[in-house]
Amino acid sequence: MNRPEIFEGALFWSLFWASKKVTGVRGKAPVLRLPVEFNAIYVIVAREFKKFIRERSRLVSAIARPLVWLFFVGAGLSRLVQPVEGVSYTQFMFPGILGLTILFSSIFSSISIIWDKEFGFLKEILVAPVSRFSIVIGKALSGTVVSTIQAVIILLLFPFLGIKLGILNIIAVVILCAMVSFSISAFGIVLATFYESYESFSVIMNFIVMPMFFLSGAMYPVKLLPQVLRFVSKINPLTYGVDALKHMITPLRTGPLSPDFGLITDLGVIVFTSVAFVLLAARLFERKQ
Amino acid sequence: MPIIRVENLTKKFGNITAVDNISFEVEEGTIFGFLGPNGAGKTTTINILCTLLSPTSGRAFINGHDCMKESAKVRKDIGIVFQDTTLDKDLTAYENLVFHAYLYSVKKSEIKERVGDALKFVGLYERKDDLVKKYSGGMKRRLEVARGLIHRPKVLFLDEPTLGLDPQSRTNLWEFITELPEKHNVTVFMTTHYMEEAEVCKRIAIIDNGKIIAEGSPEELKKTVGGDVIYLKTTDNKKSKEEIKKVFGLEAKEKDGELYITTLRGDACIPELIRALADMVVSVRLQRPTLNDVFLKLTGKAIREEEATGMDTIKEEVRAYRRRH
Repeated sequence: MNRPEIFEGALFWSLFWASKKVTGVRGKAPVLRLPVEFNAIYVIVAREFKKFIRERSRLVSAIARPLVWLFFVGAGLSRLVQPVEGVSYTQFMFPGILGLTILFSSIFSSISIIWDKEFGFLKEILVAPVSRFSIVIGKALSGTVVSTIQAVIILLLFPFLGIKLGILNIIAVVILCAMVSFSISAFGIVLATFYESYESFSVIMNFIVMPMFFLSGAMYPVKLLPQVLRFVSKINPLTYGVDALKHMITPLRTGPLSPDFGLITDLGVIVFTSVAFVLLAARLFERKQ
Repeated sequence: MPIIRVENLTKKFGNITAVDNISFEVEEGTIFGFLGPNGAGKTTTINILCTLLSPTSGRAFINGHDCMKESAKVRKDIGIVFQDTTLDKDLTAYENLVFHAYLYSVKKSEIKERVGDALKFVGLYERKDDLVKKYSGGMKRRLEVARGLIHRPKVLFLDEPTLGLDPQSRTNLWEFITELPEKHNVTVFMTTHYMEEAEVCKRIAIIDNGKIIAEGSPEELKKTVGGDVIYLKTTDNKKSKEEIKKVFGLEAKEKDGELYITTLRGDACIPELIRALADMVVSVRLQRPTLNDVFLKLTGKAIREEEATGMDTIKEEVRAYRRRH
């Protein structure tokens, strides 16, 4: 086996082990029950959606951020990087920009839990007869809904970048965006359980979210990174989402700008991390002092 | 069967004992007051009862359900108004209540009616479509009481319901609270550090430094301080004194030209006193012991001496504790 495969195997097994930890083994009583209250999930998503629609400024800045990256950074860098097999740098960046949109809006949505903690609203949810699992699913789906909407708005730019996508491809990209949004939102919830006040917001943004973006293969292929950074990229859940989007949008077979992993690996990691993060988040929520 | 039963409950945060081996029972359909200064352990007790915290030791039951082992059942049976508002300020009042109804699996066909009724009960129906951030403190608190009732709980917890409200909103809120047991068939468990507010309670437990130091009805507790004092101004203090001794067998004392008598049931005593002293009485006033006096007698300090500071230190300690673990 070559190195990447060993690494991927290790990643899978460690996640598998983690999920076992979470669900409880060794003959102990089930640590985690998974009752699902659809009422609660629905209303948590509905709340987020309502607030999302109401806060125009949030929507505007959410749309502006990827545009700034795409047109300011992309336009500059595409002068330095030669197109490879007809794929320009801006086109190469496009899946990464979708990833960026999803990353920011999903994390924003999830760490609003910290706001809810600070302003007390979380207590209203926590004392309700609703399982922690449902709360986490509801929150993750909230992030999924608002992120997917934003990603779709950005996706509409593809004709202006000279990218050709068939209707099936578009549908596949939207589904993929939703899957990636779910896994990143779930990751965001895990993050949010570790922080008590919104002062930690900038810490999360600067030390977690920005590195996640830069080392996701969004700006430069993972295969070109130095070994240490490549390692970081591979444990970054966003990397596989961006990579899967590359498969759909700029499906190069070879060359530096081609996807870094197989599509099946990408999808596998996205699904697996989603499940693992949701279970982990539910477990962390259950914790009482 | 008592609706709330607490047995030897203890909660420690690191080496701070917030709640120290307390036991009490609350009868169904009553208002129970949990009194004490800030930082005495009231909120910690509520957090344990409403399943947000696990106790270090001891047990608690609501409606017969164990707060630790059957938290889902307990959560269905309780409504809570926390000390700090837990409303979503970016939603309207109506939306906040609908959110609550969904969380508690209220039947869809009933949601509209229940939410409407709850809003009418607290007099906020006309403002139901305003964002909560436009509400005043008193309105928010009333809205939270309404919200706590939507799922028809058996017990409603009110943690310092009047904290930070102006006197008018406070009176207003009290009107709703005193009506709760009868109108909504709910037991009220409230904490406060305003002694005068606790007068409406059927029973009171006074808590200080995590321990319950007294329990009983407001009347019983006040009796422990000694009873009422009647102050009398008379045209002839000396003659009056003798008369009082003769008729009631009570020793009247004189202070600043006024006579005063200590007695139980001072209110019932006054008419007889006036009859006995005939025309000599110029003015009468009755001073009844307050719960503040009770607290003063039990702890040697007035209840509001340590506003905030106690709570702040505990909050700090708890935060530090959480960081370490």
